[in-house]
Amino acid sequence: MARIGVFICHCGENIAGTVDTAKVAEEAGKIPGVVYSVDYKYMCSDPGQNLIKEAIKEKKLTGVVVAACSPRMHEPTFRRACAESGLNPFLCEMANIREQCSWVHEKTPATTEKAIELVRIIVEKVKRNKPLYPIKVPVTKTALVLGGGIAGIQAALDIANAGHKVILVERSPSIGGHMLQLSETFPTLDCSQCILTPRMVEVAQHPNITLYTYSELESLEGFIGNFKAKIRKKARGVDETLCTGCGICIQKCPQKKIPSEFDTGLGKRPAIYVPCPQAVPNKPVIDKEHCTYYLKGKCKICEKFCPRGAIKFDQQDEIITAEVGAIVAATGYDILNPDFFPEYGYGKYPDVITGLQFERLASASGPTLGVIKRPSDGKEPETVVFIACAGSRDPAKGIDYCSKICCMYTAKHAMLYKHKVHHGKAYVFYMDIRAGGKMYEEFVRRAIEEDGAIYIRGRVSRIYEEDGKLIVKGADTLLGGQPIEIKADMVVLATAMVAHKDAEELAQKLKVSYDPYHFLSEAHPKLRPVETNTAGIFVAGACQAPKDIPEAVAQASGAASKVSALFSSDELSREPVIAVVNRSAPPVYSTCTGCFLCEKACPYQAIEREEIKDRKGNLIKVVARVNPGLCQGCGTCVSLCRVKAIDLQGFTNEQVYAELLAL
Amino acid sequence: MSEFEPKIVAFVCNWCTYAGADLTGTSRIKYAPNVRMIRLPCTGRIDFMLLLKAFDQGADGIIVSGCHPNDCHYTAGNFHARRRWIVFRSLLDFLGIDTKRVHFAWVSAAEGAKWAELVNSVAEEVKKLGPYDEYKNLLSRGIE
Repeated sequence: MARIGVFICHCGENIAGTVDTAKVAEEAGKIPGVVYSVDYKYMCSDPGQNLIKEAIKEKKLTGVVVAACSPRMHEPTFRRACAESGLNPFLCEMANIREQCSWVHEKTPATTEKAIELVRIIVEKVKRNKPLYPIKVPVTKTALVLGGGIAGIQAALDIANAGHKVILVERSPSIGGHMLQLSETFPTLDCSQCILTPRMVEVAQHPNITLYTYSELESLEGFIGNFKAKIRKKARGVDETLCTGCGICIQKCPQKKIPSEFDTGLGKRPAIYVPCPQAVPNKPVIDKEHCTYYLKGKCKICEKFCPRGAIKFDQQDEIITAEVGAIVAATGYDILNPDFFPEYGYGKYPDVITGLQFERLASASGPTLGVIKRPSDGKEPETVVFIACAGSRDPAKGIDYCSKICCMYTAKHAMLYKHKVHHGKAYVFYMDIRAGGKMYEEFVRRAIEEDGAIYIRGRVSRIYEEDGKLIVKGADTLLGGQPIEIKADMVVLATAMVAHKDAEELAQKLKVSYDPYHFLSEAHPKLRPVETNTAGIFVAGACQAPKDIPEAVAQASGAASKVSALFSSDELSREPVIAVVNRSAPPVYSTCTGCFLCEKACPYQAIEREEIKDRKGNLIKVVARVNPGLCQGCGTCVSLCRVKAIDLQGFTNEQVYAELLAL
Repeated sequence: MSEFEPKIVAFVCNWCTYAGADLTGTSRIKYAPNVRMIRLPCTGRIDFMLLLKAFDQGADGIIVSGCHPNDCHYTAGNFHARRRWIVFRSLLDFLGIDTKRVHFAWVSAAEGAKWAELVNSVAEEVKKLGPYDEYKNLLSRGIE
């Protein structure tokens, strides 16, 4: 006979404010099989947990139901408490009366009634719970880091320095990411490349890091500790083992007028190129869409001049299979396509540029060698208008969020411009200034007070060209919406940070969730900010949400330490929520009829065929068997089994039907 | 007699809709208290006989909700659920069971507001349809 204990949590006022917890405890006590029922202010606190532990011993409980918050929040806490008292942790379940009851309903009898029913449902389930034991699986101590921007670099170095192997995959020809494109970084005005390039070199030379650039994740199978990744190494057209990076091919390529992605279209590059001189690895790539040989079948000048014979026009994509134990996704962001703003005339007027383009103009390694020249005629702009929140915080355009870095980099841009063009005028249109961060507010004040950037609170409605000037029309909302018109030589848009265009596809490959903006979702917004809801997959950097460099680095180090902790033991235990095919004594052996519908439906190839033989070795029948290492516990096989020979531990047919019977 | 309050049973997956409904809670979005959640790992786990059992137990309406297509935590469970639902719906229809009583939806872990809207709209619709006595009448005629 079951002896169930029910523990109702008040969660301070969070539950008790809307639900009559005493009544829930009273009613729960009347459910057959419940021998103990109590309510308490904070069940997750030490005294609360002790209440459970003592009751398990004193009342000889065979099952525990904690009616409190979501099981996604505290189920591990209470299961651990049960285990400490000698009760199998899988005999403990939670009834969610906070997130799915007290927080979403008014204080009415119907809410308390719902809480009672939710408890009753779970009590009926727990009565049928069986003790389960974690499954031990080995851990492959190699990490896969996706993305070679600053977050990926930091994560890779931290994991590698902890003594574990790392595979770093970067989609573009060089690591470095967006940070490599930046001129100087706020709030210290460090040269971005000066602080980043030593890290890039360290990655390339680290004995524990294998670097695959110009490569992408093709597919991923497996589970925590035991992933199998396929990486597509795209054909560079250059044999990396032969190439010394001398750069003769780049000089000799006759096709020189291709807009450089690295210089955001402001500079030009040849068809065989490295993104920038500091690229790691410093090995060129042939751009097949522009290379004369690929287009017209002749040229091969680079091949003729290469002293090492490294040019390989017939090179094919290569698929590399890697076994890894954990994955860090650090795939970064895109900037909003500025075609988004027809009213600002981006694309129509060459002197309306994005913040990232301004970074290249201000960078000493950029197309103008750091001299501020406007793209249309190369003249020094006398008046520059910076527009913050270009796309961000604009629900009408579908981006409700704040891109977080724009206030800071706009202040930096105004400052850099004033440092280079002393007599120039820098106007900044802003909605609010958000400068939360160490030395950030001081930095913005410096731009305004010391460098004389003119800040105007208001939005720009329209930009058009007149007599060679860009007319910026806006309003000053601090002066009651007084219209303002500025004749500018150049306009810089602080375009919103958006999820990478491939983020959704990546999320689907990794089986992690993503938010409506396609940023990857963390497992918990406050307490598990670097994990995803798929065990063994972590996030770092701007692929999770817009963030600046120090935050991206901190998150990357956090993810790396999670990976290192995972790799600190040789095996890990997995939840035993897996499917099992029943077995019984002869002559039945199993009710499985061997139709193997389950085999076709299983997304993890976890169904195996087992031959049942008699003592003489004669085959009696072939039945299904679930490989516990591969099964992830989705239960798809359970619901399609015609004879109900498969059941899912933790969510058995008996348990689920019992839940329904409690309605 | 007080107003009819329908009983709605929701079969949801752990990873998307259950988490989405948790988000509704963390966002403090209010919705009708008529719904009772049955948490399963995946919509692929939903044997549609469970739905009949729920009607049998007096449910007036049913919600089945999981991850959006392509977002299944287990790759393809929601596709299995969708196919099964399409077949099962024809069967229900053939048996004379009102398919308007069952709502199939996708609610992701980020769609807390959508969950509240879904529950409210289903509650309202089922309220209009009234108590599901016809199912019990079917049973008394011995269809099971």
